[in-house]
Amino acid sequence: MARLNLWRWGVLACTGLYFLVPLAASVVFTLDVPNQGITFDAYTHIFSTGGFGSSLLLSLELAGATIVLVLLLMVPAMVALRLGAPGLRPVVEVVCSLPLVVPPIAFVAGIGTVLKWGPDHLSRTPLFQTFVAIQNPGFPFVLVLAYVVMALPFVYRALDAGLRAIDVRTLVEAARSCGASRAQALLRAVLPNLRGALLNASFLTLALVLGEFTVAQLLGFQPFAVWIVNVSGSQAQLSVAVSVLSLLVTWVLLLALAGVGGRTRTTSSRE
Amino acid sequence: MTAALPKAAAVPVASVRRRGRASGLLAVLPLLVFTAIAFGLPAAAMLNGAFTVKAQATGAASYSLANVTTSLRGPYLTALLGSVKLSAVSAAVAGAVGLPLAHAVVTSRFRALRQAVLTASGVLANFGGVPLAFAFVATLGNAGVLTRHLGLTDTGWDLYSFWGLVIVYLYFLIPLMVLTITPALEGLRSQWREAAHNNGATTLQYWLHVALPVLAPSLLGGLVLLFGSAFAAYATAAAMVGSSVPLVTLQIADALSGNVLVGQENVALALSLDMVLVAGLVMAVYLPLQRRSARWLA
Repeated sequence: MARLNLWRWGVLACTGLYFLVPLAASVVFTLDVPNQGITFDAYTHIFSTGGFGSSLLLSLELAGATIVLVLLLMVPAMVALRLGAPGLRPVVEVVCSLPLVVPPIAFVAGIGTVLKWGPDHLSRTPLFQTFVAIQNPGFPFVLVLAYVVMALPFVYRALDAGLRAIDVRTLVEAARSCGASRAQALLRAVLPNLRGALLNASFLTLALVLGEFTVAQLLGFQPFAVWIVNVSGSQAQLSVAVSVLSLLVTWVLLLALAGVGGRTRTTSSRE
Repeated sequence: MTAALPKAAAVPVASVRRRGRASGLLAVLPLLVFTAIAFGLPAAAMLNGAFTVKAQATGAASYSLANVTTSLRGPYLTALLGSVKLSAVSAAVAGAVGLPLAHAVVTSRFRALRQAVLTASGVLANFGGVPLAFAFVATLGNAGVLTRHLGLTDTGWDLYSFWGLVIVYLYFLIPLMVLTITPALEGLRSQWREAAHNNGATTLQYWLHVALPVLAPSLLGGLVLLFGSAFAAYATAAAMVGSSVPLVTLQIADALSGNVLVGQENVALALSLDMVLVAGLVMAVYLPLQRRSARWLA
């Protein structure tokens, strides 16, 4: 047992070092400027730079819309697979794994091609208005569509792991035997037992959207990640300061979500 | 709660199952329709564009293999092979580090440590892109903090190289490995270890004959996910190395944004198709494995 503990702490210490050093070095890099001494200029400059608030807000709105949409699509489908349609399981599995096969940069190349159809072929049809609407720079819904697709594999894994841990069929049949309707069984019996998996899926989606750069950049929109790059330019200290800040923002959001989920967690997870 | 429940109605189990099948299809349908539009349409457009060649003079489009053959020659082929090599090496190293880390966390008695590592992994697994590149430039770049204080330049250290990229990629690949392998590790019953020890097996024998065979499908599945993630990474490399390390994603972005010759957009689509084929090949290995792992860990 002692050897196991030594091994455990050795592994944790080595990886901890690898993950903490770049963060610490980044902070040192922004504060301890050669020939200038300790200065907070890099950080104060960020907030006075235009677009900070609006791009962060846009990213959060996109993340919220993506999480709602992906859960609305995936949760009923995944529960149904367990209940009465196991034959569809391979289909859903393949559909949810396909986005892994298409890298974001290839995906955005395809989206760009499709969006070009709008002005080229559809300008006289009502569909054209839809094309314009989903590219509204105030809230580019086309990004939500892309992010939902990109989140599918992660959400699938998270929900699958959660559903594996509970016996959905027995839960639903028990609820139905007690007179609950189908919707009640889902909302009152299944979803509470899936809380961990739902939160996990939301975390992954949130982090994915907040950090996403490739699709937004190549389609010409400016959420937080793209703003960071645009604003950093040639100022080394400022660019690193924004990187540190973006990690902190993501971290605080995820911890807040984890706190909300953790407080109501039952003793079942303790086994 | 009680007010919402009407008097208990006896619902025959068989009828629940039969109706479940029909409504099961109904519940899956929105997902399928959505992916057909949001994913199928761009994929079809990419496929169509990859095989379309526009004549310079007339602008008339025709189908041909020209883009695809161009994408498999010269600098494009070098970039494709460079991406495969970088992804394979990074995924292998991340797997070798991520498994022991996940094991150390899962078997720990401290729930807070577990929670902290898993939450941190969730954040770091998605800490790709430009911020990651900037953080490493600040640490190990030419003017980086460690480079300056440890005098790494004299030892021949260069962040803007193949191995530099591997070190940076590990920063999001290791947490990704921890996230994907943790459920499988949690599925390892401690009784199996005890049973193996009671039968006289050493720890090494337990791992070789019990734990690793059970974990193998999940482990390989995780490696595939890491490979795909590294293969698709674009922003980190773009911000860090420019074009000193040839990578297929950088080539595609160049061609898409018109940095090279006009009319290369469809070569970019053909390169995208090459990427999809490589990733698809790996996925064909992965899906059967995933199904096998479910047998043990259900």
